[in-house]
Amino acid sequence: MSERRSIGSVLSRLLLVDLFKGLAVTLRYNARALVEARDGADPTQAIYTAQYPKERPLVGERWRGAPKLNNDPRTGESLCIACNICALVCPVDVISVGQANREVRDGEKRKKKKVLTTFEFDTSRCMFCGLCQEQCPTLCLELTQEFELAVESRAGLVWDREMLEKGIHVVTYKK
Amino acid sequence: MASDTPSAAAHVFEQTEMLLNMGPQHPSTHGVLRVLLKLDGETVVDLDCDIGYLHRGVEKICEHDTYPMITPYFDRLDYVAAVNGDLVYVEAVERLMGVELPRRAEYLRVILAELQRIASHLLWLATHALDIGAATIFLYAFREREEILKIFENFTGARLTAHAFRIGGLQWDANPEFVRDVLAFLDILPGRIDEYETILSENRIWLARTVGIGVLTAADAIDTGLTGPVLRGSGVAYDVRRAAPYSVYPEFDFEIPTGDTGDTYDRYLVRMQELRQSVRIVRQAIEGLPEGSVMAARVPRVIKPPAGEVFHTNESPKGEIGVYLVSDGTNTPYRLRVRPPCFVNLQALKQLAVGHLVADVVALIGTIDIVLGEVDR
Ligand code: SF4
Ligand code: SF4
Repeated sequence: MSERRSIGSVLSRLLLVDLFKGLAVTLRYNARALVEARDGADPTQAIYTAQYPKERPLVGERWRGAPKLNNDPRTGESLCIACNICALVCPVDVISVGQANREVRDGEKRKKKKVLTTFEFDTSRCMFCGLCQEQCPTLCLELTQEFELAVESRAGLVWDREMLEKGIHVVTYKK
Repeated sequence: MASDTPSAAAHVFEQTEMLLNMGPQHPSTHGVLRVLLKLDGETVVDLDCDIGYLHRGVEKICEHDTYPMITPYFDRLDYVAAVNGDLVYVEAVERLMGVELPRRAEYLRVILAELQRIASHLLWLATHALDIGAATIFLYAFREREEILKIFENFTGARLTAHAFRIGGLQWDANPEFVRDVLAFLDILPGRIDEYETILSENRIWLARTVGIGVLTAADAIDTGLTGPVLRGSGVAYDVRRAAPYSVYPEFDFEIPTGDTGDTYDRYLVRMQELRQSVRIVRQAIEGLPEGSVMAARVPRVIKPPAGEVFHTNESPKGEIGVYLVSDGTNTPYRLRVRPPCFVNLQALKQLAVGHLVADVVALIGTIDIVLGEVDR
């Protein structure tokens, strides 16, 4: 504290040097903002604002967003084998897997096989920890890069199998 | 007039104390904290904190969850320093199980934890300065914090609740751009810290609001059980990273900044220095980042630590965070208790605030840097 009381400091105090030093920093940014390109999300630039929703941010590849049930791209059938692991590892019990034993034809033979009937995913309570997608043995359940999960009703937060397979409808805005 | 009579005059000049509720929905209480103030004029005579609005019973929930399921809950204790919460929990379980981690995993953990410390301190700086009235800093600090959140997003898949660590290592190895992104961030951050300090450190308004406000002597701070920057601001060089080293911290070169008077300004200086020290640690870790696997070999699929107990502590951005874990040999803990730094540090608020003005309470809540998610659990 004591060195702040010297003559130099009294003078700089009178001339508001401390305040102008801070203002110089902000003014420098203001000046740069006038001349630099408006290119959001570059930390070295003065303007650092993304124009969402006109610009959709590209989230990371590992992003844990809207859930999706993947189908086998060749057959179009669900990859889910109704093993229920995802429901078991979920800390908040948001998944419920419905399963049934169906007879399926395997060449000549008829076999009983566990198949998926319903799948419910309650996005209102999901904390997007990613444990379910990590444990899914067939890579069926996936947390995708979609992040706009708002709906207009509470019931809409519970996703059924159809919605999980189709994925959500993303509204894009024009610039 | 009526006031000529002595009794009425006595009534007019009667000294009364006023009870004032600050919060729970007050922006400067950083969450849902209700502070009950007893005021004499504008001076705080007494103060009481009403906590528990965010209580979720995390410790009880953990008794019903298997060990891997608990990690996401630790993201949500101190939700602005999720990585540090995860780290102490996974390390506690690993200690109980006697798991040795690959060195790459340890290094990546240190990098993430220190980046998280920077992010947490930047958020503290932003909100603390905003509470006192410096809105520019708020925007600047959030801009830099955003870079860290982007690094987390690309590494772990989430910005806040990272959930990067698993018992025995990490979920993912670093993404290909990770080292480049972190180095780019380390290049810009020190210059930005200089800018913050140019704006604040000599600013007369900032000095008037912080110097001499909420002085805490080292003895008081130790008696109250404070840890973290609040304790170091009072001049006690206690940092778990040095006092009881965990992970690979002994391999890095860093200093433990301390203050001397223990006022709000000193705590500000300590945290600014810690930002620079964290930059140092991250740079060393990135430069020495070993190759190899990020998951320990032979971590069983079902995690059942042997029966026993462990108490493990880490240095979180807020202070010393500890986990006391009792295992009965099953796949869920018998008991889990968190030693929350914010909860303990909040107890100092009364000591700090009594005798100061109401406006200073705002600065004082900011200076102890609490997160209500951890106070209430
Ligand atoms: S992300 Fe986590 S909380 Fe959500 S369904 Fe999967 S396991 Fe459950
Ligand atoms: S873990 Fe995967 S395969 Fe098993 S039930 Fe869940 S989504 Fe289906």
